[in-house]
Amino acid sequence: FNSYNEEINALNQAMDEELERDERVFLMGEEVAQYDGAYKVSRGLWKKYGDKRIIDTPISEMGFAGIAVGSAMAGLRPICEFMTFNFSMQAIDQVINSAAKTYYMSAGLQSVPIVFRGPNGASAGVAAQHSQCFAAWYAHCPGLKVVSPWNSEDARGLLKAAIRDDNPVVFLENELMYGVPFEMSEESNSKDFVIPIGKAKIERQGTHVTLVSHSRYVGHCLDAAAVLAKEGIECEVINLRTIRPMDVDTIEGSVMKTNHLVTVEGGWPQFGVGAEICAKIMEGPAFNYLDAPVTRVTGVDIPMPYAKILEDNSVPQIKDIIFSVKKTLNV
Amino acid sequence: QGFFFSSVFESCAGAAVVMSARTYANFTNEATFEIKKSDIFKLDEGPATQVVMTRDEGLQYYRTMQTMRRMELKADQLYKQKIIRGFCHLYDGQEACAVGIEASINLSDHLITAYRAHGYTYTRGGTVKEIMAELTGRRSGIAKGKGGSMHMYCKNFYGGNGIVGAQVPLGAGVALACKYQGNNELCVCLYGDGAANQGQIFETYNMAALWKLPLIFICENNRYGMGTSVERAAASTDYFKRGEFIPGLRVDGMDVLCVREATKFAADHCRSGKGPILMELQTYRYHGHSMSDPGVSYRTREEIQEVRSKSDPISLLKDRMLSNNMASVEELKEIDVEVRKEIEDASQFATTDPEPPLEELCNHIFHNNPPLEVRGTNPWSKLKSVS
Repeated sequence: FNSYNEEINALNQAMDEELERDERVFLMGEEVAQYDGAYKVSRGLWKKYGDKRIIDTPISEMGFAGIAVGSAMAGLRPICEFMTFNFSMQAIDQVINSAAKTYYMSAGLQSVPIVFRGPNGASAGVAAQHSQCFAAWYAHCPGLKVVSPWNSEDARGLLKAAIRDDNPVVFLENELMYGVPFEMSEESNSKDFVIPIGKAKIERQGTHVTLVSHSRYVGHCLDAAAVLAKEGIECEVINLRTIRPMDVDTIEGSVMKTNHLVTVEGGWPQFGVGAEICAKIMEGPAFNYLDAPVTRVTGVDIPMPYAKILEDNSVPQIKDIIFSVKKTLNV
Repeated sequence: QGFFFSSVFESCAGAAVVMSARTYANFTNEATFEIKKSDIFKLDEGPATQVVMTRDEGLQYYRTMQTMRRMELKADQLYKQKIIRGFCHLYDGQEACAVGIEASINLSDHLITAYRAHGYTYTRGGTVKEIMAELTGRRSGIAKGKGGSMHMYCKNFYGGNGIVGAQVPLGAGVALACKYQGNNELCVCLYGDGAANQGQIFETYNMAALWKLPLIFICENNRYGMGTSVERAAASTDYFKRGEFIPGLRVDGMDVLCVREATKFAADHCRSGKGPILMELQTYRYHGHSMSDPGVSYRTREEIQEVRSKSDPISLLKDRMLSNNMASVEELKEIDVEVRKEIEDASQFATTDPEPPLEELCNHIFHNNPPLEVRGTNPWSKLKSVS
């Protein structure tokens, strides 16, 4: 077993193992079967499990998302893939009104064990309609769990947890991370390796400032931390792993230690993940430990442009994180 | 044999009525009826037009339809007294649809509909008590008071759905689960003439036909989508044909036997692995779209009255049973009295049962989950949620 694994393999293996473990689990979406997945995440699964368990759908997001939800209501455990989460907007009524709210409306009579997964957020050169981050939109809604892995181990453990969870889980992947190899821990070998949903991970210990991020930007934070360390600034980097329910305790504990907080995300600033973290920190004990207001590093508040130079400057870069940390620390 | 007794007693019906009331052995046990032929689409033949109904079946259909009728009328009353709030979409006039459908499927089959759902909640196994207590928002409601009129559930009944058309893909998903699990069950999926124009329904026609799902699409055409008549909403009002490549039936939805036979035909079609089928039930609602709609600005009182006098499903069944000596006027009156009492008791219960406790507010967010904290209206309000 190679201890380095590209994220796409981690996702593929996680689904393979869960398909094998529980015959109620199945995958449906556009091109997931015979094409091996639009981004090849489901490579080999159709060959192994066949038409019954790996289902190619027509281009009908609202229809097939509803079908997936209905099948979950009737006892199956579907994984519904959106080719990207941008297309989930066609189906968002089924995710929110049919999946998220039903357990509550039925006072516990009807559960919906479903996973909605697919790439989320900016890619490279795909322009405005294909680059939106949906973390804030989905995390707004009670009844949903929203998960956003960063590295391969996150992807493996969180996807397994999501598939085994008896509730609707929105699983936000990142296309730019699919091909990135990460070291895998010994314990992640196990077929029952799950990462608990709702728990953040401290990726790097630090004392001067807390950086909180999710998905791809965790990597950017660690890179920024490496540069800042050379200047004597030690950053504590927190990988949220789950957006909803958010592990605010871990953030608070860190802020009470470092007294400074910088949030980093790819999505737009208004009503976003960072905005929510700010609000939560203000309402809790950590507020009194802040030596400066919380800083949010976010995507630029514009639709995503196409030209490379414009696109590069539309999302947080490592230099933006470094700059923001120094401003927050007033150095 | 049945016809002989029938013709003998017909002539002395007036005089014999009091004596024969208690001797049920004098009634015809079953009779054959000629029912209206259904229009067919992409089919070589349609449902049977000569059908048998037994006395027991007739009495059961009568009791069920009367219970649904009285329940809806009681809901009307309670709504006007402001004991029921919010949305309330009543089913009176359409009883033959729910009863006819249930007569030809099993409780182990599955059914999903939109928001005009009280009748279906009953035919699928909900009690009048728990339905009414849900309407009044009390703790003994079928959804503990958390769903209301549009969100009632019970075993193999998936609601009660508020978003027009969304229930159709859900129904296909249930059918997919049936096929996947190989249990020979099917799903009946209902929508109205208004919903029939939703894009997601056409997406569902495509996938259901493509994958041969055991799904009976049923369009309950009551001629009006809220206040918009079918002619003003649809370029084609042949709803039974709009599945294009899916075989269709157009059925008299006011006749419980027509609905029963058509459903039997459709169920056989599905269970033989032929894939989905579409039934249009031509029916009528006496009430407006909901309790906030008097229902007379877009249709005439004359039209409503005409349907009531010529096509009422309960009257049609009653006339059939009486003229074939399958029941007596007294017997049916007795059923009416029993039904009225059941509804009255349920209404009493529904108005006196307490509202759900505030401790329940945040429960049922997640299933099989450890308890979690939910933010209340202000930062100091930390509420508890259990599964």
